[in-house]
Amino acid sequence: MVIGSIGLIMLGVLFFRLWSLQIVTGDKYLAEANQNRTREVRVPAPRGRILDRDGDVLVDNRTSMALQLDPIEIPSSVAERRALYARIGKVLGHSADWVRKKVYETKKNDPPGSPITLDQDVDDDIVYYLQEHQAEFPEVQVNRIFVRKYPQGLLAAHILGSVGEVTAEDLEKNPDKDLGAGDTLGKTGVEQTYDDVLRGKPGDTRLQVDSTGKVLSQLPSTLPEPGQSVRLSIDEKVQEAGESSLQSVGLPGAFVALDVNNGQVLGLASNPTFDPDIFTHPLTQKQVDALYDENNGAPLFDRAIGGQYAVGSTFKPFTALAALDGGYITPDEVVNDTGTITIADQEFDNAGKEAHGPVDLRRALEVSSDVYFYKLGAEMNGSRQLQDWAGDFGFGKATGIDIPGESEGLVPTPKWLNEAHKEQPEYYDPWVIGQNIQLAIGQGYLQASPLQLAVAYAALGNGGTVLKPQLMLQTEDAAGRVKSEAEPQVAGQIPIDPSARQVIMEGLHDAAQAPEGTSYKVFGGFPVKVAGKTGTAERANETDQAWYAVLAPYPNPKIAVVATVEEGGFGADTAAPVALQVLQAYFGKEAHAVSGGTGSVE
Amino acid sequence: MESSRLPRHAPKQRVNLLERVGLAGMDGWLAFSALGLIACSLFTLYEASNTVIAGAPQEYVQRQALYGLVGIIGMIAVSRIDYSRFRELRVGIYTFLCASIFAVFTFGVAARGSTNQLELPFFTFQPAELGKLLLILALAGFVIDGARRGSEGQRTIRILALGLLPTGLVLLQDLGTSLVFAAITFAIMVAAGVRWLHLAAIGAVLAVFVAVVLVALPAAGHPVLKEYQTERLTSFLSPSSDIGDAGYQQNQAKVGIGAGGTTGRGNQATQSRFGFVPERHTDFIFAVVAERYGFVGAALVLSLFALLFWRALRLMTLSKNFYGTLVAAGIATAIIFQVFVNVGMNLGIMPITGIPLPLMSYGGSAIISTFLMIGVLQSIHIESHAAQRNPWIN
Repeated sequence: MVIGSIGLIMLGVLFFRLWSLQIVTGDKYLAEANQNRTREVRVPAPRGRILDRDGDVLVDNRTSMALQLDPIEIPSSVAERRALYARIGKVLGHSADWVRKKVYETKKNDPPGSPITLDQDVDDDIVYYLQEHQAEFPEVQVNRIFVRKYPQGLLAAHILGSVGEVTAEDLEKNPDKDLGAGDTLGKTGVEQTYDDVLRGKPGDTRLQVDSTGKVLSQLPSTLPEPGQSVRLSIDEKVQEAGESSLQSVGLPGAFVALDVNNGQVLGLASNPTFDPDIFTHPLTQKQVDALYDENNGAPLFDRAIGGQYAVGSTFKPFTALAALDGGYITPDEVVNDTGTITIADQEFDNAGKEAHGPVDLRRALEVSSDVYFYKLGAEMNGSRQLQDWAGDFGFGKATGIDIPGESEGLVPTPKWLNEAHKEQPEYYDPWVIGQNIQLAIGQGYLQASPLQLAVAYAALGNGGTVLKPQLMLQTEDAAGRVKSEAEPQVAGQIPIDPSARQVIMEGLHDAAQAPEGTSYKVFGGFPVKVAGKTGTAERANETDQAWYAVLAPYPNPKIAVVATVEEGGFGADTAAPVALQVLQAYFGKEAHAVSGGTGSVE
Repeated sequence: MESSRLPRHAPKQRVNLLERVGLAGMDGWLAFSALGLIACSLFTLYEASNTVIAGAPQEYVQRQALYGLVGIIGMIAVSRIDYSRFRELRVGIYTFLCASIFAVFTFGVAARGSTNQLELPFFTFQPAELGKLLLILALAGFVIDGARRGSEGQRTIRILALGLLPTGLVLLQDLGTSLVFAAITFAIMVAAGVRWLHLAAIGAVLAVFVAVVLVALPAAGHPVLKEYQTERLTSFLSPSSDIGDAGYQQNQAKVGIGAGGTTGRGNQATQSRFGFVPERHTDFIFAVVAERYGFVGAALVLSLFALLFWRALRLMTLSKNFYGTLVAAGIATAIIFQVFVNVGMNLGIMPITGIPLPLMSYGGSAIISTFLMIGVLQSIHIESHAAQRNPWIN
């Protein structure tokens, strides 16, 4: 019978298939079914805190209720998806399109499987509503997430940096970091450099779920390991003083304070600054634009480490050391400063053509005689003496500070300029003696960051050891036990003749605190002895940039401070007061007002 | 009659008692297989569906038991009727069949993506379920009726046309059921002795038709099937991991069955317990059986179907007349076809078509209609015995 045989074949097929599924490959399916029942959920680890050197908290965590969408649960049919977005949007008070854009943006950047955070810091009433209506929104989860908190507000914003969700690119770049979708990663600043320490280890919890994703129960899980804290060398008082004084100047600028003996960064800031809390929420394009807006001073830009400037007369001590070492002068050799000098048919002037009369090295530093240093620059042209010494002090290369964003700067050499001329003749002229003359007073093509200048001054202050500036002091576990300590790192050793250094320190001390010194009106009344140098860098088509570099206490300094104000005019007018504020905070001593002094001009 | 001279306390009285409750002359194995299957259904629903409706854990069991009871009573009642009567009523049955299916277009309510049922006072009725039996009874009648009229080709076309009209009507409502209608039509044609050449020609036309509906028209921008229908039909070819996808659900059912292993997972049956297996009280009840009770349980169910099929086939030869043979062929095919498509779907080798598993899947229309089919088979059995005892009855 036809029907009978067809029926038998059908039954045979079913029996065979049943046998093959259950008996032959049953184990495989059993494993799959067991896995199906549970969902692995990554439990975020609280990130370690960032502390200042006294243990005050600069960066902490707070928890936030985040409304997250599980990407697996997003329906594949367009109509269902739209309906879901509309329903969610209604709860959140947004349009379906708003939800769609959020999902799209997240999916674009994040690795597959990342929870899609629709909103954070969700109001309690929405949280309760969703919990009560969980069955209607199986796709939506309200999760407790950790968000960075900044108890000190804007303090040290550039140093601290920001965190963000792991992107697909991050995952690809760091295969060894055990990162997972949805993790938080340090993106800038200390958060980035010490991410491995701060991040901690996320835990896993296994949830028993049904096919709608509804959680039935929680299975044993591994607890998250909180990240270690990082204690920075930042001195809150120094930092605070530097930032507020820069802010009161109101112009773009920066300051750096280093411990002369170990390279620890005691303070470092750039103005204008930003509120780091802004990065704990999704940024709007307008906010991003504002952070990068040049007209607004590009607040996100860290001038202290990334700024590239001519440093003006603050460079003169290094010119002097190079010339002394090369035998171009002796400390007591006197030059008659008539306010102007003509070299190779070109006239080089003091500021305002002011004549300082006969000056030796000390005097030249005290009154900041350009003519004296023009002459040295001219004499050293043709050798690499000046460039080599500048390089030894760390100019022209990154200092190696433990936050990203540093610029290398530039020490111009004939070789470099002639090559640049060959490549871009429309921008660069060939090297002439005038370049070395400009370099001698920290002008021309010289470019350095405030941090580089501070490192160089610290080396001058400690007798020739170039230190790598460090922000991290130690790492601590959650209980405050020290896990590791940073050791001072020496980047280079310069054989400075102590007597040469002595002369220069005397000159700088006079410049700051002798009545005829260039910054006497600022430091004359400061009870701590200091050695400081003003700088006024000319900028094409702009007001001069003010600089001040200072070592204190004189003659055996502990701290080096550099301050700069773009378009700040004379160094003594805007930059020196910033440095004074920093030193007052560091030593806890106030300067009293002084009268007289001639030092407003250089 | 000689028997009347036997003493009054003769054993014949026992036979009379059985006859009085209507069980005499029934095929015991056939009844056993049907009752065994409904028992399996109730047991499985009792153990596995108690989380489906919150607050009414045994809702499905209770209702299914009621349907089963009504079905069994219906079966006994139908078995008492001489099935040959249906041959005389063929025109009426056929008209009712088409009208009831047609009524769905006007009064139907939608469920699970299909509009194929009527809302009655106590009951949502799916005309197409009962329609399977009605089609068998009517079509077999028409075959006998027209057996001596027209050429062979005309007869073939006549049966085909009569079968395809309700098939086409059902196709517009529910793809799966229309396939059962088509299978019934085909089986009756085969049993009626339609020439193989004609069957081959019909097969060729059908193949072309399917190709046009599934491939050519959608490609030309005129999809005939609804999107969900195409998705269901093709998803078993590419099991998907996308939740919400038909292929995903079918794959989950397959995983559940595989995980059942030899002896099943009992209350550890996570796939069916946590809802990974969809429609676990209806279309995918076989997956539940297979996961909970393993190969042992699933094979028992299949064996009961094999027994049922064998007894139905057997009636094709036992039947006292050719009408009975045709009806038995139709019923045997209807049941085994549904079993194959449904279990095949559970096992991931057939597309998702929404065909219930006879006597197992929850649903009143299907349960009662299937019992009525068994009742007709019992009638064929009873009549065949009666005919052997008294060759002059028919």
